[in-house]
Amino acid sequence: MTDCHHDAGHDCPHQHHHHHELVLDGVSVSYHKTEALKDISFATSCGNSVALVGPNGAGKSTLLKTIAGLLRRSSGSILWRGEPVRKWSREFAYLPQIEEVNWDFPITVRGMVEMGRYPHLGPWRKYSDHDEDIVKQAMALMHLEDLQHRQIRELSGGQQQRAFLARSLAQEAHVLLLDEPFAGLDRDHSAQLAELLRGITLEGRLVIASHHDLNTAATIFDDALLIHREVIAFGPARQTLDEANLKIAYAPRPSAPSITLAH
Amino acid sequence: MTALLETLDTPFFQRALLAAVVIGFTNGFFSGFVLLRRSALSMGAISHTMLPGIAAVVLITGVLTQWGAFIGAMIAALIVGLGSVAVARRSRIPQGTALAIFFTTAFAAGVIIQRHIGTAAELEDWLFGNILAVSDSDLWVFLGIATATLTLSTLFMRPLLITLFEPHVAAAQGVPVRTMQYLLFGMLIFALVASFQVLGSVLSIGLLVAPAAIVSLFTNKTTLLFWGGGIIGAAGAAAGVLLSVPTQTPTGPTIVIVQGALFIIACLLSARYGLRRHLSISLKPNPKYTQ
Repeated sequence: MTDCHHDAGHDCPHQHHHHHELVLDGVSVSYHKTEALKDISFATSCGNSVALVGPNGAGKSTLLKTIAGLLRRSSGSILWRGEPVRKWSREFAYLPQIEEVNWDFPITVRGMVEMGRYPHLGPWRKYSDHDEDIVKQAMALMHLEDLQHRQIRELSGGQQQRAFLARSLAQEAHVLLLDEPFAGLDRDHSAQLAELLRGITLEGRLVIASHHDLNTAATIFDDALLIHREVIAFGPARQTLDEANLKIAYAPRPSAPSITLAH
Repeated sequence: MTALLETLDTPFFQRALLAAVVIGFTNGFFSGFVLLRRSALSMGAISHTMLPGIAAVVLITGVLTQWGAFIGAMIAALIVGLGSVAVARRSRIPQGTALAIFFTTAFAAGVIIQRHIGTAAELEDWLFGNILAVSDSDLWVFLGIATATLTLSTLFMRPLLITLFEPHVAAAQGVPVRTMQYLLFGMLIFALVASFQVLGSVLSIGLLVAPAAIVSLFTNKTTLLFWGGGIIGAAGAAAGVLLSVPTQTPTGPTIVIVQGALFIIACLLSARYGLRRHLSISLKPNPKYTQ
């Protein structure tokens, strides 16, 4: 973290006195000829949690991947701290959906959390005591000490999400982009994860997570971004996810709007 | 017994043993990547594809060199591999189906080309290898390939592993994912070309899969997969060469049978990830369901 001159002695190392802003302006993304996202604009800042809500195929994963720099946008800009996100890629952590992960990979929880140090270490720099401290802290925050030698398949769904979050913390990421972190979790584990995410935002990080459960979105997240290929509404979660907006977002529409039959 | 000792004393046999150790280690090491990529079947397809690639190069240039073999194998692998991806993208045919059709077709073409450039007896060497024909200069080439590929993969081990685990996360972390994937593909082809002479086009995949699979039954330490795989590959290949003398069996197949036997024994022995865990499922709760 470049401008966070902290040491372990302070109780809250990432409390920011100035807010970093994430600003999307007119972002569009196309797959082949289909427009997956159209003219997405919104701004948010660190210390917030944002639920990304919308029906299946609304472009939630696409938007997360685009912010993470994994997909090329056809137009628009994404700025973080007033500069293109590419310059700050190490401050962004992206977590894929749980089905996209190879759970049989022979790696322990600890090994996975250590991978979070890569943006700081690169291929060759030595893994130092400082890195070790950060990895240990991340695992402690996510209550993973007792699980650190488990292979990642030998974890429950909630534990897997915590292990992923610990890796993002080890990366010292400012912005966490999570794809359906609550999928498949029962109520107790959801509550626990929500609590951990709240802690993460209180530290001054920005959490953006796609979320399909309309009942819990407003209790877990501060803000909501309701999308269906374009922004339907954005703002405080409860107001944004009101009936009128949801009706618009979830209304059936043609599946490929950009097929051009006539001009 | 004296016959074995006499054979051991001949230079061509010692060369074969040394070649088996070098190639066994290289392929055993890279079997870690094949396991993590979950690409054993497509690597098998690519090992078959080497045959027409190498045969075509010999047909054109008139000689068989290691470099020519590498380039031919690489071009054939790229055509078959990328061709199957292109077909899968543009039609309803799954990629596995397209790959199977392409590699068998290529292999068949290779057999026919090979007839034009050699005798029938040599075809067997192309398919199943002939380690006893290894020359001193071949041995140097094997050592060169081993040194280069092992150095490269050790240098880039971190980004390679992160890429194999989750390419998207790796890309988001700033790993040059594409470069790593090409690097890995190139090194795997090198490993296959090196074992072409020892095991042939059909059997070479055996040594490039089994060793790390054996190790993975006993450990979650990723680095052990590579070095342990290398040791098992080298020891198993050497054992195969030695065994082939008293049993009077062809060397390549013996090496592969040793690997297969080791794998079956490992499955039976491994308490944590092999068959025994499934047998004991009613006695011990699966750790997945305990908090």
